[in-house]
Amino acid sequence: MDQKKRIVVIGATSAIAEHCCRLWVQCGPVELILVARNVELAGRIAADLRARADQAEISVETLDFLSAPAIAAAVARWTAQGPVDMALIAHGVLSPQQPCQDDIEQARYSIEVNGVSPVLFAEAFAGAMSRVGRGTIGMIGSVAGDRGRRANYVYGASKALMDRYAQGLQHRFAGSGVKIVLIKPGPTDTPMTAQYKARGRRLASVESVAQGTVDALERGTPVAYLPRKWRLIMFVVRALPDFVFNRLNI
Amino acid sequence: MRPVSSWGRLSAEPHQVTELSDIATLANELSGRGPAIPLGMGRSYGDACLNPGGVLLSTARLDRFHSFDPENGRLVCEAGVQLRDIQRFLVPRGWGLPVIPGTQIVSVGGAIANDVHGKNHHRVGSFGHHLRTLTLVRTDGQVVDCSPGVRSDLFAATVGGIGLTGLIATAELQLQRVAGPWLDTEIFAYRSLDEFLTLADDSESLWEHTVSWLDCTAGSRPRGIFLRANPAVDQSGKPPLPRRLSVPVTPPLSLFNRLTLPVFNSVYYQLNSHRRRARRRAFDTFLFPLDDIQDWNRLYGPSGFFQYQLVVPRDAGPAALHDILDIIARSGQGSFLAVMKTFGDRVSAGLLSFPTPGITLALDFPNRGPRTERLFVELDAVVRNTGGRLYLAKDARMPRELFEAGYPRAPELAKFRDPGMSSGMSRRLMGQ
Repeated sequence: MDQKKRIVVIGATSAIAEHCCRLWVQCGPVELILVARNVELAGRIAADLRARADQAEISVETLDFLSAPAIAAAVARWTAQGPVDMALIAHGVLSPQQPCQDDIEQARYSIEVNGVSPVLFAEAFAGAMSRVGRGTIGMIGSVAGDRGRRANYVYGASKALMDRYAQGLQHRFAGSGVKIVLIKPGPTDTPMTAQYKARGRRLASVESVAQGTVDALERGTPVAYLPRKWRLIMFVVRALPDFVFNRLNI
Repeated sequence: MRPVSSWGRLSAEPHQVTELSDIATLANELSGRGPAIPLGMGRSYGDACLNPGGVLLSTARLDRFHSFDPENGRLVCEAGVQLRDIQRFLVPRGWGLPVIPGTQIVSVGGAIANDVHGKNHHRVGSFGHHLRTLTLVRTDGQVVDCSPGVRSDLFAATVGGIGLTGLIATAELQLQRVAGPWLDTEIFAYRSLDEFLTLADDSESLWEHTVSWLDCTAGSRPRGIFLRANPAVDQSGKPPLPRRLSVPVTPPLSLFNRLTLPVFNSVYYQLNSHRRRARRRAFDTFLFPLDDIQDWNRLYGPSGFFQYQLVVPRDAGPAALHDILDIIARSGQGSFLAVMKTFGDRVSAGLLSFPTPGITLALDFPNRGPRTERLFVELDAVVRNTGGRLYLAKDARMPRELFEAGYPRAPELAKFRDPGMSSGMSRRLMGQ
């Protein structure tokens, strides 16, 4: 590698993003800009990464994730310092369904954090990357976006928004040096899903999902289900006719 | 509540598992939970990391490094960091852990709480010898630092203290310089215990790692394979990526049984006794061969398996080992992963540390219920009569009186215990 790869990580305290960072600093010289709402935690993640690899250059930033002007200004600042090779957009909250139904303010928050905000970040990076003609934007979607289910359709709808949006970006940048990668993890063993684990569900390890994410970003895979079996599972789930699906308790 | 098993897969009792993920709020999270025990990677074989019906404090997500000083090799990290992670990141930078047990997939906290040893014990002692400080969080919310110099009594109770003095939150480890990932290894076949002891004694001064595999189906005429290794002179080239295998399902019965064992052991012995004597090998494939086989513990079938690891003083050693191998041969139950090694003379750091000068032998037995327990009772008698002890990290069944005879300093632990910590093992061996 001739020079340090520059990677911006939005939502750097997400477990998948943190493990991606560990893999990146292990692979060679890299500059990471960690962007997070919880700066104190992001600072500890930065310390961890610095202890792991001395060639890594790491900084921590925060901003209002729901403010379009703030997002535009921050992305302009990062890209003005030099081209960004990769942007990983990983933030999100797993908002349980019931509170979203009981209080539509909760539903609004879930859709804004999980759907609108990632799209605004991606759009800002897309503009900057189209000017230099290269770069990779990774977005962490979810299998929950593939079909609405009563158990989590507000969260799922936000992820579905990301899905259609990424599809459009891929169309826009087809044949160019800008790659759009949509990651769709199945249920993954992270602090966000601790409640599911307590109920005895088998979850994919965050290390394996992070490895799959890093590989997909490297290759520019348009849509990566992780673990890969979820591509097949969701194919079946999407193909189920409504009269069957609506009777299932899944 | 969800079922949790330790590495021996002998039980799957329901536990309430609390996933600790934030070092900053530990003191809050620990208080007022009722009897709990820390759980690292769950690689101890018995009930040291279990608390049936109670709380497990999982440290798997407390896995951040805090700082590393590349000048003097000191690493401060959280208790849930895996030893494999430390090696992965720091060996390329010229530093490595001085002590690693037979698997790298254990947590720093577990390595301290069991005061683990490696194949280089005769050179460097056990894990606790390379620990500069540790931070304990107690269930009453207290946060206490201790080290060999500060609160040394609490330190000695915590090293090897199987989690009973509080939750180990962070530790400062002294790493050692490593030249690279390669080892120069040598292999020898031996045909008697005396031959083994001669090889071990001859190798200890010049070789960093020594270990041997023993064919215990050969009865009173034991044979085996002796391995020794030193850092390689030639460190050039990248080690190959290990082949990753896994055991995807649990077979309906143990694949190691009366019919297969003599065959497996014989084939293993023949293959290795005809290998080229000197070879350069990557440190991880030499030191942790089983780490490349995910879920290898499933091979023992649905009833799980026991590990029986003993140490006997050197003087009594050869006679005691002959007795033990006779008993095993007569029982018709055998072991595939029989590992024998000599410990060095260094006094261990913890009250309940396992290593003492002498010969240690680790054996695995598929769980066959009362038959297996009858065999253990006979083996226990030999261990007790020779002044030996069993390793707590491996144990799932030793009687309390054998524990008390083998660990005479155990009563000193009582005043350092965290009243909020209790495990299946502590209730079995110490009454609470």
